[in-house]
Amino acid sequence: MLRYALKRLISLMISLAVASVVIFAVIEVAPGDPASFMLGVNAQEDTLAALRAELGLDGSKVQRYFNWVGGMLVGDFGTSYTYRTPVSQMIADRLWVSLPLALYALTLSTVIAFPVGIYAAARRGKPGDLTVMGATQLGIAVPNFWFAMMLVLIFAINLRWFNAGGFAGWDNGFWTGIHSLTLPAIALALPQAAILARVMRSSLLDILGEDFMRTARAKGLSRRQALWRHGVRNALIPVLTIIGLQFSFLLAGSIIIEQVFYLPGLGRLVFQAISARDLIVVESVVMLLVFAVITVNFLVDLAYAAVDPRLRSRT
Amino acid sequence: MSRNLILGACLSSLVLLAALVSFVWTPYDYAALNIPEKLQPPNAEHLFGTDHFGRDMFSMIMVGARTSIAVALVAVGIGMALGVPLGLAAAARKGSWLDEVIMRGNDLVFAFPSLVIAILITAVFGAGAINAIIAIGIFNIPVFARITRGAALSLWEREFILAARVSGKGAARISVEHILPNVANLLIVQGTIQFSLGILAEAGLSYVGLGAQPPTPSWGRMLADAQTMVSFAPHLALIPGLAIIITVLGLNLLGDGLRDWLDPRIRVARA
Amino acid sequence: MSLLQIKNLSLAIHDTDILKQVNLSIAPGEIVAVTGESGSGKSMTALAVMQLLPNGAQTDGAIRLNEKDLLDQTEDQMCALRGAAIGMVFQEPMTALNPVKTIGDQVMETILIHKAMPHPQARARAEEVLTRVGLPPDRFPLSRFPHELSGGQRQRVVIAMAIALRPKLLIADEPTTALDVTTQAQILDLLKGLVTEFGMGLLMITHDLAVVADMADQIVVMRHGEVVESGATNHLLHHMQHPYTRMLFEASGHQVTLPDPGQPKPLLEVSNVVRDYRLPRKGLFETSGHHRAVDDVSFTLNRGERLGLVGESGCGKSTLTRAILGLEEVQSGDIRLDAQPVFSGHKANLAVRRKMQVVFQDPYGSFNPRHRVARLITEPFHLLETPPTGSERQDRIAEMLTAVGLSPDDMGKYIHEFSGGQRQRIAIARALIIRPELILFDEAVSALDVSVRAQILDLLVELCEAYDLTYLFISHDLSVVRTITDRVMVMRSGQIVEEGRTESVFSDPQHQYTKDLINAAPTLPDIGKVVA
Repeated sequence: MLRYALKRLISLMISLAVASVVIFAVIEVAPGDPASFMLGVNAQEDTLAALRAELGLDGSKVQRYFNWVGGMLVGDFGTSYTYRTPVSQMIADRLWVSLPLALYALTLSTVIAFPVGIYAAARRGKPGDLTVMGATQLGIAVPNFWFAMMLVLIFAINLRWFNAGGFAGWDNGFWTGIHSLTLPAIALALPQAAILARVMRSSLLDILGEDFMRTARAKGLSRRQALWRHGVRNALIPVLTIIGLQFSFLLAGSIIIEQVFYLPGLGRLVFQAISARDLIVVESVVMLLVFAVITVNFLVDLAYAAVDPRLRSRT
Repeated sequence: MSRNLILGACLSSLVLLAALVSFVWTPYDYAALNIPEKLQPPNAEHLFGTDHFGRDMFSMIMVGARTSIAVALVAVGIGMALGVPLGLAAAARKGSWLDEVIMRGNDLVFAFPSLVIAILITAVFGAGAINAIIAIGIFNIPVFARITRGAALSLWEREFILAARVSGKGAARISVEHILPNVANLLIVQGTIQFSLGILAEAGLSYVGLGAQPPTPSWGRMLADAQTMVSFAPHLALIPGLAIIITVLGLNLLGDGLRDWLDPRIRVARA
Repeated sequence: MSLLQIKNLSLAIHDTDILKQVNLSIAPGEIVAVTGESGSGKSMTALAVMQLLPNGAQTDGAIRLNEKDLLDQTEDQMCALRGAAIGMVFQEPMTALNPVKTIGDQVMETILIHKAMPHPQARARAEEVLTRVGLPPDRFPLSRFPHELSGGQRQRVVIAMAIALRPKLLIADEPTTALDVTTQAQILDLLKGLVTEFGMGLLMITHDLAVVADMADQIVVMRHGEVVESGATNHLLHHMQHPYTRMLFEASGHQVTLPDPGQPKPLLEVSNVVRDYRLPRKGLFETSGHHRAVDDVSFTLNRGERLGLVGESGCGKSTLTRAILGLEEVQSGDIRLDAQPVFSGHKANLAVRRKMQVVFQDPYGSFNPRHRVARLITEPFHLLETPPTGSERQDRIAEMLTAVGLSPDDMGKYIHEFSGGQRQRIAIARALIIRPELILFDEAVSALDVSVRAQILDLLVELCEAYDLTYLFISHDLSVVRTITDRVMVMRSGQIVEEGRTESVFSDPQHQYTKDLINAAPTLPDIGKVVA
């Protein structure tokens, strides 16, 4: 088990290293000099040089890459070109919106999808299953940001149960914060839940055809007992993969959803940074997103091993 | 043929037809401003109403279908053109350094959701429909590579492949002659699904301003424009949304129907 | 008083008749074997007793277990009977166990689901039955997972699950078909012992007539969903009434006479071949271990000779086959055909490959489903410098199809239009079409029903006469190798342990392993003479 985890960990490190090189290289290709962009065309050469030094833009590419990566390792993401404040501080503030939103949505999606998928599989081909499958088919087709707009129209503008946008902040209490994230989380979660429920169902149906399910029935387990005791855990293996993938969709999706609800999250930050050509912020946010995706997939790999004993004994 | 297949084919061809017809005919000029007739709800003259500049929504939806389909189709094309050969090569050289490099490369690309790729590209080169195509296309490569490799690996274990090897055929020839035809169904089905995901992704990118730029009409941007007016002109948001849903639903049903129709035994990873 | 009585059982699935008026009965302590070829409905009979039939199944008649008609039981009542009154053992031990649960949990589940006893006692009982089936907890703790056990051991776990509550009736559906012959003998002994010890009735489903003759008190022969003949084993073996029964037994022990191989002149020379596989590394910084699949193997195959290679699964015979075919390079040693190496400079030698072809086991997986027969059997033409074209090509195809007993008209068909036996004929046609010097038969008749197998063996003899075949016949089936080869080699753990004239090896084996193999294989009683 430990060996398996260690091996995955090393592969995670390599992925992160390569990803950082890719991101750095892409940003390097960007035309224009941030310093002259910030100071305007009439800036003096020595002021420019001073600013470049301040922003860490002098030195060779290799040197700057290692400065950037080295800084990130100790939590220093550099200084924003436009705001002249530490990027780490800006990201930290926004992360308190985006991360809870993604986790909230992931929880919702899982909590909805599991029972629905199991229900549909247990009633395969019956009206209950067909209804659920029809609904999920529709759920997959709905763009989450459009769904968000409809939620705003119904629950904020007409029913006035929620605010149409903005974030109350965590300072006013946990539940106030959760309340203002609820509509965005639902908008993010439902289309993902539709996918997850379908995966859960088809994965369970695959397992139902396995020989060991017949063995279980031959022992005297009812269809339902066999499904719960032998089916669900085996079906989790492909479902976990999808949950891992979904996290990256949710994170990306939250960037879009933040636009609908005017939430001060990473999405707003990155779009402002793009229009201001504040590339260091873009670079850092992208690196953070990629870091999150890779880490979550690492956790999924560990979860596999918890579910499947065959992985534990293999290296 | 199942109901799914027929319904999916009908919906998909409806959208495709709208996109094709828009090249030669739309009810109004989609770009023509007509401020006096702005924000009309759907009526006999403007079937889908008009927007805040008085432009005909029906014409915009038709032309928007063009953008969506073009972006998604080219993105699927990129994904297939690069992903399938990579998957075939990885399977043919299973366990070799080539396989390892391809699969690790895939994992790496998977860590960049298409939105993130779009953000990077836009930050460097500016926004545009080409960005959306590249961003979605890049994300499609590992999808096709993975599914091709998976299916090809199990085919390589089959005895008819061994028989071909005994007949002196090389890996490249076997891949083209024996493997590819047997994974084609799978690729068609997955292609349909990626196509529908591409439509959704394009809409999302355009919505946040990373996709098609004005004056090119796009469903996602129509939604972005509608956002501030949703309380008094809900049709501006409803209609493009429904257009997306119908297209994606149609393609998904088509994909499911094709899968059952072409071969009931194949399984497609749906994510 | 019979324990189980099946009366006029008919079964249809979605209006297709599967079983017609099946009758059989089992007394306590009795072994009843249901046998027949594929499609005979023997497995469906077993599933009907368990009431675990596929959706859309309709039954008619009666299945009485202790005077209780199982067809009248509700699903809940059946759940109470399954596992408690009726136990079942399946064919595929590799997939019959849940991979994510320990063997202890799975055996205990049978006990706990029926609330037969509290947890600690259930645990003790699980240890007890596992010990009884030969998996004592000191060597096989309850915490083992299925993937940590071999196929035979897993089948023991399945048996332990089935007998944990001492059911009155045990059903075994091809319980040893997936196992090696030595393991098969052990499992059959175990089943026999359990029947005597617990006084259970055993309903045994098997296609293997040697097993049937060896084990059963009663035999039921089925064909196309009907019982064609049944009776006490001894009586039935000596007084077969139905021609199908007779055909089945004759086909099982089918003997052929090979033409004379002629003067020995070496064709294939294998000398000191070693093939290692790298094992996955145990740790990140350890070097990876090796598994020696083929260990210093040498032999010569003469022109016109038919050589057999027997051994159990994992003995290295498949690896050796691949090496001879030039599909995989060997670590050391030399393989030469007609004095030319099959591998030269890390590449398969095309000039040599031209002289070799192969016929595989699986008649379903050996062909690309998307190509027509003409294209399928001409695939080896790829090896020729100037492959025949036009009418010459058509003639060759027609000739080959005729030679293997098919019609030239079949060349335009797709492979799914043929039965298993016909496919194997097409595979032979594909191997023969470039007139190779050597053909490898890799378990080529193992997946076939006995009657089809007999026909293919006859075909081989015909082809030997017509084309002077030289072949290497790889098989785990001793009875087939005994009749279809001139000389035989016995392989174990990568080494050839014995080699000699087929008849003398079988009648007077020298190596202990050969003796074990021959003893373990159930033998068909010599019914040919009795019947006549």
